[in-house]
Amino acid sequence: MSSETNQKSETEAEKKKVEMLLFLSSSEEREHFLSKANRKILKDPLNDNNPITVQVLGICSALAITVQLKPAIVMSLAVVFVMAFSNVIISLLRNSIPSRIRIIVQLVVVAAMVILVDQILKAYAFDVSKQLSIFIGLIITNCIIMGRLEAFALGNGVYKSFLDGIGNAAGYGLILIVIAFFRELLGSGKLLGYEVLGHKGVTLAESTGLYGLGYEDNGFFLLSPMALIVVGIIIWVQRAGNRKLVEEN
Amino acid sequence: MELVNLFVKSIFIENMIFAYFLGMCSYLAVSKTVKTAVGLGAAVIFVLLITVPVNYLLDNYLLQPGALSWLGAEFLEVDLSFLSFIMFIAVIASMVQLVEMIVEKFAPALYGSLGIFLPLIAVNCAILGGSLFMQQKDFNGIEGALVYGFGSGLGWFLAILAIAAIREKIAYSNVPAPLKGLGITFIITGLMAIGFMSFMGIKL
Repeated sequence: MSSETNQKSETEAEKKKVEMLLFLSSSEEREHFLSKANRKILKDPLNDNNPITVQVLGICSALAITVQLKPAIVMSLAVVFVMAFSNVIISLLRNSIPSRIRIIVQLVVVAAMVILVDQILKAYAFDVSKQLSIFIGLIITNCIIMGRLEAFALGNGVYKSFLDGIGNAAGYGLILIVIAFFRELLGSGKLLGYEVLGHKGVTLAESTGLYGLGYEDNGFFLLSPMALIVVGIIIWVQRAGNRKLVEEN
Repeated sequence: MELVNLFVKSIFIENMIFAYFLGMCSYLAVSKTVKTAVGLGAAVIFVLLITVPVNYLLDNYLLQPGALSWLGAEFLEVDLSFLSFIMFIAVIASMVQLVEMIVEKFAPALYGSLGIFLPLIAVNCAILGGSLFMQQKDFNGIEGALVYGFGSGLGWFLAILAIAAIREKIAYSNVPAPLKGLGITFIITGLMAIGFMSFMGIKL
């Protein structure tokens, strides 16, 4: 862990230096923090270039943890953290990594970040960490992170990479939360553990809310195949509204 | 008998794709034709077969609490399990590199057909997932890890082969435009996963 903090202070100094260099070397004016181009980097992954529904990255861990809303939210936050900071680190190192071993370097950086998240979760949110089980570890091989490191952080400046990380992780989290919302609501009639559709008693007379009218939960939504079908439907809806994403074949 | 049970379980009941959605990224990206799907599937079986037992040994003799006791009584308290992610991924990445070099040297024809897929495997969630599940399962000996690695690789292979065959056929059918490609693949995978759920509870 001490090397971690060491690295952090090092990166701080390095970041300043790189920013200075970037500032001096660029002929154009320094961009505003949220200029149009930067806003595009941040906003694009939410719809037009969504990591899950368009780039097809990071589906592995997206589906298994969406039975309930709470783990999905925790997972999204973890991915935002890992993604933003590994993007920043790789972007800082991008000129000194030999391209032959870059995959191993990337994996090590991401793994270090994930270990940090895993230990924090174990310390402060143990039951959620138990629920997510191996899926926190699988953030390491979440293709969304490797994909963005390869495609963006290796060729762009620090601040832009940071925004790209936040944007893509948010696009990922958005889909995750939408899936989890429907699965928890339709599958168990709850949201974040609250019984939003009323209380289900043993008999009809004891039930309140929708259950009092004879509504039943659709247990199918709790099973894993339903996650895939929900993603399929989300893609359908998104592409029906955004025709330029429709595939040829 | 226990090993046969484990083998069948890891192929069908705990199928990497249909039960845990591991390795979905390459599953969706490389399943357009049967030929490439077979190549990637074979590479996954191969790498899982090697990395799961290797990581099993690492876990048992290095990482678990008390695993270092073979070094002497004073190491009995050492717990290195927080390092397991980084160790596993390092083993996987170097193993993939090694496999790539060996295949290139001794089987150039196979290398030609696998080529691009080999490096991709390092970031296939199914590989790391195999090692992490192995850690949770507590096998009694290395043969359990070996069988588990081979079985889950074979399950992944079957899944990608099946979806590739279906996708080749579905190109001729009349799918609604926004569902074409990715959307319908997701829904078909969902339906296949429902099919695979019928294996649940089978015991040999």
